[in-house]
Amino acid sequence: MSLLVLAEHHDGQLSGATAHVVAAAQAIQQHSGGDVDLLVAGEHVAAVAEAAAKLDGVNRVRVADHAAYAHQLAEPMGALLAELAGDYSYLLAGASTTGKNVMPRVAALKDVSQISEIIEVDSADTFKRPIYAGNAIATVQSADPLKVLTVRSTGFDAVGSLQDQGGSAAIEAVDVVVDNAQSTFIKEALAQSDRPELAGAKIVVSGGRGMGNGENFKLLDGIADKLGAAIGASRAAVDAGFVPNDMQVGQTGKIVAPELYIAVGISGAIQHLAGMKDSKVIVAINKDEEAPIFQVADYGLVGDLFEILPELEQKL
Amino acid sequence: MKVLVAVKRVVDYNVKIRVKPDHSDVDLTNVKMAMNPFCEIAVEEAVRLKEKGVATEIVAVTIGPKAAQEQLRTALALGADRAIHIQTDEKAESLAVAKLLAKVVEQEQPGLTILGKQAIDTDNNQTGQMLAALTGLPQGTFASEVVIENDKMHVTREIDGGLQTIELTLPAIVTTDLRLNEPRYAKLPDIMKAKKKPMDVTTPAELGVEMASKVTLLKVESPAERKGGIKVGSVDELIDKLKNEAKVL
Ligand SMILES: Cc1cc2nc3c(=O)[nH]c(=O)nc-3n(C[C@H](O)[C@H](O)[C@H](O)COP(=O)(O)OP(=O)(O)OC[C@H]3O[C@@H](n4cnc5c(N)ncnc54)[C@H](O)[C@@H]3O)c2cc1C
Repeated sequence: MSLLVLAEHHDGQLSGATAHVVAAAQAIQQHSGGDVDLLVAGEHVAAVAEAAAKLDGVNRVRVADHAAYAHQLAEPMGALLAELAGDYSYLLAGASTTGKNVMPRVAALKDVSQISEIIEVDSADTFKRPIYAGNAIATVQSADPLKVLTVRSTGFDAVGSLQDQGGSAAIEAVDVVVDNAQSTFIKEALAQSDRPELAGAKIVVSGGRGMGNGENFKLLDGIADKLGAAIGASRAAVDAGFVPNDMQVGQTGKIVAPELYIAVGISGAIQHLAGMKDSKVIVAINKDEEAPIFQVADYGLVGDLFEILPELEQKL
Repeated sequence: MKVLVAVKRVVDYNVKIRVKPDHSDVDLTNVKMAMNPFCEIAVEEAVRLKEKGVATEIVAVTIGPKAAQEQLRTALALGADRAIHIQTDEKAESLAVAKLLAKVVEQEQPGLTILGKQAIDTDNNQTGQMLAALTGLPQGTFASEVVIENDKMHVTREIDGGLQTIELTLPAIVTTDLRLNEPRYAKLPDIMKAKKKPMDVTTPAELGVEMASKVTLLKVESPAERKGGIKVGSVDELIDKLKNEAKVL
């Protein structure tokens, strides 16, 4: 009944999301028993494997270090996971764009269903997941011999890391190499930012269409700097080209649940709420006092953001 | 090149859904239904490929009840040439849908199949990837740009960190993200013309696909409601509340 977690990593660094997925795996393990293994697949990923081996509760880290897995393209990753699946009863990955890309492919290769974005584990075969933009929570039971799951990070507190205290999990090389003539990596244009990652930030400040243009997003910079916050956006702000797509919070963008979420010039459409309504404290700044965002906000401030933001930055 | 587009009938995106009192599912009686927004983007992309002379024929396919033919007619009005309705009243789960679509891909041999990245009802984000696995084809998911040249395709994908461009051999499977295009509306004359376009109706049984799933829906509940908060009168009051009441600053 062992579990395999696909580790997420970028630029030679283990991503914080993996510790949340391991936590979900442990929640299942309490019912199912078995070991929690991690798979690190990529090229030049020795450092990632070492960091992964220090995560609490990990039995062993399996490392597929090969050019075939660079950039974690779906075709080779799917084939690799399908190859390793025989040793496991559960395959888990974060509900990141990598997990979403790869895991359904693996599930279909193994002729089983996938359960997407679980937020709670009820038992070894029963899980909760949001549907309809989070307006309903479904409890689903899987009778598949292999359960393929993606995990919503906000549903599970990250496991700790042993850091340099030693006592880490065994690291073993996987020598499965798959041919891939179908897909080739061309390029990546990644956002450069010194700010915390949206998904893991304690405070998120998001701007919407009300910001007016991309230049005005600078009004959020000073506030985010003072608060150590990440900056997010609504779909409307991304569609209008104010900010890049990786900043979109919502049903079809990123799901966040920070301690504090400040929505500025965002009306509060259900698709946006789906991505942030599990935040601990929500602040809304909007000139329309009827805006639906106020229905979920703990603190609402009605007014013109162009007056409020400079004052807020100055007084923080 | 023939392009296959899969579309799904879902609840309209403006509807705030309610859970049935017996918690068996969400209540869809008398709720406005529409084409899944990501499928609209898929149809639009196919139509643009035809306008550019890359696509020669567009085939739209759906799996669902009789009423789902409305969404096929919409696809036909938007520019699809013909439609295939795989009729079933059973709940079609992603793997079964992917198996049905794989049969259609086998019969139709499209150069490109375009699907939405997720349906806004189940929010699964699975079918395109599963179809790619079952057909043994490469996948370009969450596409914000698709460029086809000769036998190759470049797909720019919306990923967590930004954008990624990959090259795929054709035939291939693409799933759409929000920024791929802005779908047009169907014009009245095209809606009239669409009524005369061919639509084949078949069933999962005819295609030899078993619909039963190993996943059972045990119950559906409403999420915990957030209690509405208060309005503050000034920036000073806001900062005070965040510091001393919510204690998040
Ligand atoms: C398939 C699909 C998926 C979607 N996915 C997402 C998603 O993941 N995330 C998402 O966010 N949306 C998503 N949407 C879009 C969603 O439905 C809304 O259109 C979007 O969230 C609106 O963004 P907004 O609130 O910034 O813009 P608007 O709704 O236009 O609101 C702008 C707000 O700014 C306020 N404002 C304007 N000027 C000022 C000012 N000077 N001072 C103060 N306030 C001001 C206005 O009062 C208004 O409330 C999706 C839609 C679809 C169909």
